[in-house]
Amino acid sequence: MSKRSWPFLLGGLLIALLLAGVVSNYASSHPDGLDSSLLKGCTVNADDEITGGSCPAQQAKDHELADSPLADYGVRGIGNDFLSTGLSGVLGVLLTFALGGGLFWLARRRNPATGGPATGGPATGGPATGGPATGGPASGGPATAGAAGGDSGTTVQPSGTR
Amino acid sequence: MHISNGIIDGPVAAIFAAFALAALAFCVLRGRADLDDRLAPMAGLVAAFIFAVQMLNFPIFTAGVSGHLLGGALAALLVGPWVGALCVAVVLVVQALVFGDGGVAMLGLNITNMAILGTAAAYLLIALLLRVLPRTPAGLAVTAFVSALVSVVVASQGFVLQYWLGGTTDLGGNLGGLAGTMAVAHLLIGIGEGLITATTVVTVAKVRPDLVYALRALKKPAVPAPAVPVAGGAR
Repeated sequence: MSKRSWPFLLGGLLIALLLAGVVSNYASSHPDGLDSSLLKGCTVNADDEITGGSCPAQQAKDHELADSPLADYGVRGIGNDFLSTGLSGVLGVLLTFALGGGLFWLARRRNPATGGPATGGPATGGPATGGPATGGPASGGPATAGAAGGDSGTTVQPSGTR
Repeated sequence: MHISNGIIDGPVAAIFAAFALAALAFCVLRGRADLDDRLAPMAGLVAAFIFAVQMLNFPIFTAGVSGHLLGGALAALLVGPWVGALCVAVVLVVQALVFGDGGVAMLGLNITNMAILGTAAAYLLIALLLRVLPRTPAGLAVTAFVSALVSVVVASQGFVLQYWLGGTTDLGGNLGGLAGTMAVAHLLIGIGEGLITATTVVTVAKVRPDLVYALRALKKPAVPAPAVPVAGGAR
């Protein structure tokens, strides 16, 4: 399944890179719905900076990481706006894919066939309890688990010395 | 719809940080049942795609105001509600910690509105509409459009609730004014969200229907479809 998915993943990633790397330069720079709602009561100039009045947006404080090299979707040190925005978008897409994909990969169910402990969720509550019972012998190594019978200690010691 | 520092006071921001953390932990627990070898990379792609589209602020009909995709409905449709909420949260964390977008102290508030509330509202509607509407591209498009639009308005009212609890400016009892302004602006933004979500999901469903979580998970009550219609058709 996952083998057949990689062309789709690659295609999707290319589209995301194109959107963030190129199309982002044509995005509107006006305040969004929330920010503009907080500007009610103030007057603003053509650059959407507050010029007078009184409004909730005046309470806004600087971002903790305003000095980040990628702050405000630009790459510090690159003078060309188009390049700066586009490159920050490309880096953001790659970073989000790496972080998100990495975390989801680490958190995924390892063995979809047997279900495992992760499927303890409500939907498969019944079967999941049966899982560990059958899972024990399978993971314990078939030959020794069968031969050991009741006394597991004798099988553990030889394997430890070797 | 990212809240900047200083807009909501510290204690309320901290409460919502704790709430967001608990909600995300719950999403991890529930989402693991969905996360297999195929969904995990798909979820990474969904997060990356949402990051990209969130950069694309589009103008709305109100002069001087823009909006951008939130992505909760899109993520819920493609990778399910639990993993979907986590996708949006990953985007918000990257934006706050790397791009200076949305205060770090406000992260819990922003995750609550966009990742939790937005995705939850979207999936409730998705689950309802996909069962009611015909299983056609049009039915999927309407489901995506409506759930996305409503999810944006719900998320915007999450902010109004937070502002009521801990807004740093006294609105003089005019919270309803803020609620109305937010609702109207986000109804318009929601139209954009709905169009983007519907276009994206219908496209994915056309190329790889097996990769659309909602189409896999929300099958109509099983009908032995092939037997009856084929027999009837043959005669």
